[in-house]
Amino acid sequence: MTYRFDYSWIAEYWPVILKGLVTTVELTLIGTLFGVALGIACAWTRSLGPRWLRPPVVAYVELIRNTPFLIQLFFIFFGLPSLGVQMTEFQAAVLAMVINLGAYSGEIIRAGIEATPRGQFEAGASLAMTRFETFRHVVLIPALQRIWPALSSQIVIVMLGSSVVSQIAAEDITFAANFIQSRTFRAFESYFLTTGLYLLLALALRQALRGVGRMLFPRRAAR
Amino acid sequence: MMTFTLWDILRNLLLAARWTVLLSLVSFIGGGLLGMALLYLRIGKARAGQIFVQGYVELFQGTPLLMQLFLAFFGLGLFGIDVPAWLAAGLALILWTAAFLVEIWRGCVESVARGQWEASASLGMGYVQQMRYVILPQAVRVAVPPTVGFSVQVVKGTALTSIIGFVELSKAGTVVTNATFEPFTVYGLVALIYFALCWPLSKSSQILERKLNVAHRNH
Amino acid sequence: MSLIAITEVKKRFGDVEVLKGINLDVERGEVVAIIGKSGSGKSTLLRCVNGLEMIDDGSIMVAGAQLINDDLHLKALRLKVGMIFQQFNLFPHLSAGRNVMLSQMVVKKTPAREAEAMARRMLERVGLGHKFDAYPDQLSGGQQQRVAIARALSMQPMALLCDEITSALDPELVNEVLAVVKELAADGMTLMMVTHEMRFAREVCDRVVFMHQGRVHEIGPPEEVFGNPRTPELRQFLGAQLVV
Ligand SMILES: Nc1ncnc2c1ncn2[C@@H]1O[C@H](COP(=O)(O)OP(=O)(O)OP(=O)(O)O)[C@@H](O)[C@H]1O
Ligand SMILES: [Mg+2]
Repeated sequence: MTYRFDYSWIAEYWPVILKGLVTTVELTLIGTLFGVALGIACAWTRSLGPRWLRPPVVAYVELIRNTPFLIQLFFIFFGLPSLGVQMTEFQAAVLAMVINLGAYSGEIIRAGIEATPRGQFEAGASLAMTRFETFRHVVLIPALQRIWPALSSQIVIVMLGSSVVSQIAAEDITFAANFIQSRTFRAFESYFLTTGLYLLLALALRQALRGVGRMLFPRRAAR
Repeated sequence: MMTFTLWDILRNLLLAARWTVLLSLVSFIGGGLLGMALLYLRIGKARAGQIFVQGYVELFQGTPLLMQLFLAFFGLGLFGIDVPAWLAAGLALILWTAAFLVEIWRGCVESVARGQWEASASLGMGYVQQMRYVILPQAVRVAVPPTVGFSVQVVKGTALTSIIGFVELSKAGTVVTNATFEPFTVYGLVALIYFALCWPLSKSSQILERKLNVAHRNH
Repeated sequence: MSLIAITEVKKRFGDVEVLKGINLDVERGEVVAIIGKSGSGKSTLLRCVNGLEMIDDGSIMVAGAQLINDDLHLKALRLKVGMIFQQFNLFPHLSAGRNVMLSQMVVKKTPAREAEAMARRMLERVGLGHKFDAYPDQLSGGQQQRVAIARALSMQPMALLCDEITSALDPELVNEVLAVVKELAADGMTLMMVTHEMRFAREVCDRVVFMHQGRVHEIGPPEEVFGNPRTPELRQFLGAQLVV
């Protein structure tokens, strides 16, 4: 093969990549924060919440888990404006990620809640806490601890999946790569470099989530 | 300007959905075969093989599928071939699918209890015989539900091939939207078609899983 | 008036009637032991008194307040009676001190500093003042159970319900927990305890209740119940206990 790799464009284009990196990190942070919060709400509803709220949550979860993220994104960004909801690319991207992670993490967290020993609920009740207080102060943290590895993997999957937000022109890493290849015609080099960037980001994110886990859960889980 | 009825839209989408189904099948079968080969290395005795597969999994699970599609598309282009989108799409999806399946299956093999290895070894079986007659038959039973479950990810993964220009359901959605200016309806329908494809798979995975758990409890 | 008044209480699980009309009054400061075969309904009775199970018939009054199945009444009831469980049920993600502080802060809205002072006093009372910052998985079973007692005490209940609180403990740890209970009894705490520790029941309790097939089969002071059982069921039960 006589192809010669050419990375001379980096000198000029590194700020574009840096900007993309920052956007991807921002998307991931905000998406994770709100997505997991939504997931906790869904998990609570399905395992402990009012019965009438359960069917809509199940429908939401099933719908999201059985359709591609790309279509969810398009529906939100192109479809919702026809209902009068206007959003920037970034907002649409965040919203899509939150809705997506909300459904997946909801299922994961629910498993954690349902593995709670019954005695924990009873201890809370016997101390005069309401069901919700018991959930909030007694059940939630150990439940999250139980499923933290699975939740972390899902967050990494969502971060990697965010590369498609470039398709609605949200200016993430992939958008930067597309931009650079359209200017320099060094498509392979451009995608190769940014792929490596994603790989590093995934490793860093996993490390960071492990750190968060250590912070949130100083103790070994019961059982 | 032409006007489109709902039926026109749906018909176009359904026609394109055939390609989604076909690409899913190819990716799943191809990925499954490659996954088996990788599994052979991964649970084999050779250290080099294990490390290779670990690296492979790390690479394909640690990078976006979209990037893998781009690299396949433009990477194949480096060989001077004019790469058709279906080729790059199929290749990337097969490699990606294999990376996930090998990890799922490895977990299943490892879930077969330690005692089974010891019992079969005590009967004088060699490694290959142990695998062939004791471990794999049990692992396969455990592997079916998560494997079916992963097929949902493959179907959804095919949506990304629209970005490198393969015309399947998602791409058709974009094309029809551009013709009809009805994104809400069109993407809504696209989502429903994906749902119709994926939901039965998800459900059967769940049901299989439940059956397996019940069977295990009765042991 | 009795502190706890249990009148004609019936409880069924599906088709099985587990409590078939229980009558039992517990006076303020009284220590009542509940004994009986496995499945006789001892735990169910205690759980009903704490509102963990809802009764199907009859009534339970604690300090004049009736047990009614709504959040407000349940909360009022549970502020009056605490419960200690066989499996301790400490909160694994909180230190011993935090375990004791939590419900004060959440339920009574006690400020953190006061809750902490209370927690330290209660841990001191069960002999674990030095374990404030230890987590449950760093404590022995006996210590965990004592933290659970401190946790219940911190809500300043009028009565404590104890369901086989030493059954999950290694034999050498039983006494440290019983010693704490004995002190509580001496301090005038009202106690209803399901127990298999016959010697303890005889020494510490004012009355012993023998339950059999969902009914109070015999009741009386320990000397009578242990020394002069009137029914063959109780005789048989006590005989089996001696063999063990
Ligand atoms: N939640 C429940 N659902 C159905 N049946 C139950 C439930 N809880 C208890 N039971 C049944 O009620 C009966 C009485 O149970 P209970 O736990 O009160 O007995 P116990 O006297 O405490 O026995 P042990 O000494 O074994 O603790 C048993 O037959 C038990 O199987
Ligand atoms: Mg019991």
